[in-house]
Amino acid sequence: MKGRRDFFPPLDIGAGRIELGHGSGGRATAQLIEELFSAAFDNDWLRGMNDQASFEAPPGRLVLTTDSFVVSPLFFPGGDIGCLAVNGTVNDIAMAGAKPLYLSASFILEEGFPLADLHRVVQSMAVAARAAGVAIITGDTKVVERGKADGVFITTTGVGNVPDATRIDASRARPNDRIILSGTLGDHGVAVLSRRENLHFETELRSDSAPLHELVAAMLAVAPDLHCLRDPTRGGLAAVLNEWARQSDVGMIIHERAIPIRPEVAAACEFLGLDPLYLANEGKLVAVCPPQSAEDVVRAMRRHPLGRDATIIGEVRADAHRAVEMETAFGGRRLVDWLSSDPLPRIC
Amino acid sequence: MNLTEAFRDADLARRMATTIATEVSPHRRYSLMEFCGGHTHTLARYGLEQLLPGNVEMIHGPGCPVCVLPGGRIAAGIALAQRPGVILCSYGDLLRVPARHGATLMRTRAAGADVRMIYSTRDALAIAQRHPDREVVFFAIGFETTTPATAVAVTEARRLGLQNFSVFCNHVLTPPAMSGILAAPGGVAVQGFIGPGHVASVIGSRPFERFAEQDGYPIVITGFEALDLLQAIRQLIRQINVGRAVLENEYRRVVSREGNEKALALIDEVFTLREDFEWRGLGRVAHSALRLRDDFACFDAEARFALTVEDVPDHKACECAAVLRGAIRPEQCKVFGTACTPDNPLGSCMVSSEGACAARYRYATRGVPRAGTEAV
Amino acid sequence: MCLAVPARITELRPGGLALVDMGGVSKEISLALLDHCAVGEWVIVHVGYALRRLDAAAAEQTLQLFMEAARESD
Repeated sequence: MKGRRDFFPPLDIGAGRIELGHGSGGRATAQLIEELFSAAFDNDWLRGMNDQASFEAPPGRLVLTTDSFVVSPLFFPGGDIGCLAVNGTVNDIAMAGAKPLYLSASFILEEGFPLADLHRVVQSMAVAARAAGVAIITGDTKVVERGKADGVFITTTGVGNVPDATRIDASRARPNDRIILSGTLGDHGVAVLSRRENLHFETELRSDSAPLHELVAAMLAVAPDLHCLRDPTRGGLAAVLNEWARQSDVGMIIHERAIPIRPEVAAACEFLGLDPLYLANEGKLVAVCPPQSAEDVVRAMRRHPLGRDATIIGEVRADAHRAVEMETAFGGRRLVDWLSSDPLPRIC
Repeated sequence: MNLTEAFRDADLARRMATTIATEVSPHRRYSLMEFCGGHTHTLARYGLEQLLPGNVEMIHGPGCPVCVLPGGRIAAGIALAQRPGVILCSYGDLLRVPARHGATLMRTRAAGADVRMIYSTRDALAIAQRHPDREVVFFAIGFETTTPATAVAVTEARRLGLQNFSVFCNHVLTPPAMSGILAAPGGVAVQGFIGPGHVASVIGSRPFERFAEQDGYPIVITGFEALDLLQAIRQLIRQINVGRAVLENEYRRVVSREGNEKALALIDEVFTLREDFEWRGLGRVAHSALRLRDDFACFDAEARFALTVEDVPDHKACECAAVLRGAIRPEQCKVFGTACTPDNPLGSCMVSSEGACAARYRYATRGVPRAGTEAV
Repeated sequence: MCLAVPARITELRPGGLALVDMGGVSKEISLALLDHCAVGEWVIVHVGYALRRLDAAAAEQTLQLFMEAARESD
């Protein structure tokens, strides 16, 4: 005979919304986890419904990283907050030369957030995690009152492992090293901008959000002694190069003509008055590499789908001022300044 | 023809620069002022000055409407944003400009005000229509290039019968500003002008003829691509070499002598001249700015909200007035790059990236003192 | 000041609006400041408004001027 406790209506993913009760830790929370998160991420750890997950310690050194994702709008051409949350953390692990293994995912949900949107985000995370070969093995859910979150905020923490011998670090750039970029700049930044209210424009551009660990593995296979690696997310290429220049106490020079930029990105930057060097990328990396391996690394990258446009864009040099400079398309020189805040569209 | 690419041909640029090098007289110094911040930006982002011979110097003029906006008017805009129920709409350029004590529209938003960045006045109108219960104020800035956009918004607001839309008008005029620099005590240390191409696209090249005919300065109305600038610099040098002073129009693909008459009529319908206007760095200049006509008073935020605008003087150490006239270079200002940086601007030249000092700080290589980057 | 970019009109829309293409990016802008624009024409766009038509013949002549200037150095 069916008891009272067996009858509980399934989540109304089509029309339902997040309610404060979903964060209370009671039955509604369990249902949300089971029917939405666990169903999508689909592994034994989550099915176990524990507050934690345990796993065998992998060989080598462990790498830990965490990132919060607050992007607005939540959905944009080529991606959404969900795949960013997975790929972003996978990439932070990859930038240490490490193999990403497991992720945790915490959600802060706004009361009233449509379950259909949450479902879409979670599905996107599941697809991204499978593509990256990682499992989302534990997580958390909280709900805040309407108005206190932008729909959803996601924090992912990732664990990976890296061979002891790999020492990639921001302080390792040396004069004469080559600076390598894996592909076109600014695609993600412009794709997101195109969906911002008050800036709305149409473009075929899509976010480049992608997991980069296999590309990195291909690079390390030909050049185990890569010096620096990073994905130029917020702040763009300019931020990464300036950070490295400071940490390594060197200067850098890049060549505008060598930097691949899609025409649509260039066009969007023109009419908004933005500089692609400062725009976010979610599926690109920049590397500093000893000069003798640079060509081999680029060749290896070009054999990989995410590195087809890989190219050497500049070199590191001694400089007490730690300046990052660019040789412009016209042969002049300009500084690539380290901005303290996001660039804004301008009229002037 | 790809209109953008053809005007950015690097090989052409290199060869034009070589031509310029053969045409300068080695015994002369050439000081040319580009009035417009957009030109300053093109020069800086492409490092074009390095392609020029050493005796050609570009002096960066005050044609940056953000830079010349007095702190008191930004403060008034901030006060408007802080009024309950107001949605303040602004172009991106203004959001980080400091008024007093580091207050900016951005920080005001962080403190709870509803400040929205827009790309176009159309967006401000749309916001007003979507929120009939809120007061929507557009913080209007810009020279004559940008004024027509505000004029359209005001006439459109009237046509739509909007009851909740107004404009805080800070539109300024180019020819009076140029005359203001020329009239400044000490005069101006330039021999020719790169004329503002987009201002001229609206007002025509005719209003600039007086600078040649009456004031004796060669002036070339110039487009904004690298090749436009190199061509205009060459034309100015050739005029200076033979002691000629005429207006030349390099930007014929966009600029005519009469300008955009439809836009000018709209501006005239909506705006009238202010007696005078305080310019940051230039002081008080007569008949150099616009306000809404009395006919449109209900769309004038200054009238609607009984705004008072304080006088916020610049820092004592600020030498912008001298920089704007070309009397000193940015690096020669005692506080350049130390107390005065783009993050903490003491005066107008550092305020927006087209400002003479900000452009120098952000883009110029070597020899620029940079606070906080010296190796320890 | 005055960031204005060349754009090609790809579609006329009611209310004096138009869709323009700026090198692969499309945006809806206002033609309120111009008269009788047609699809295929080039304009320069500033803060969401077409300010002036771009005269292709004049552009061509200007490019010729640049090339003459460049030739002087050869």
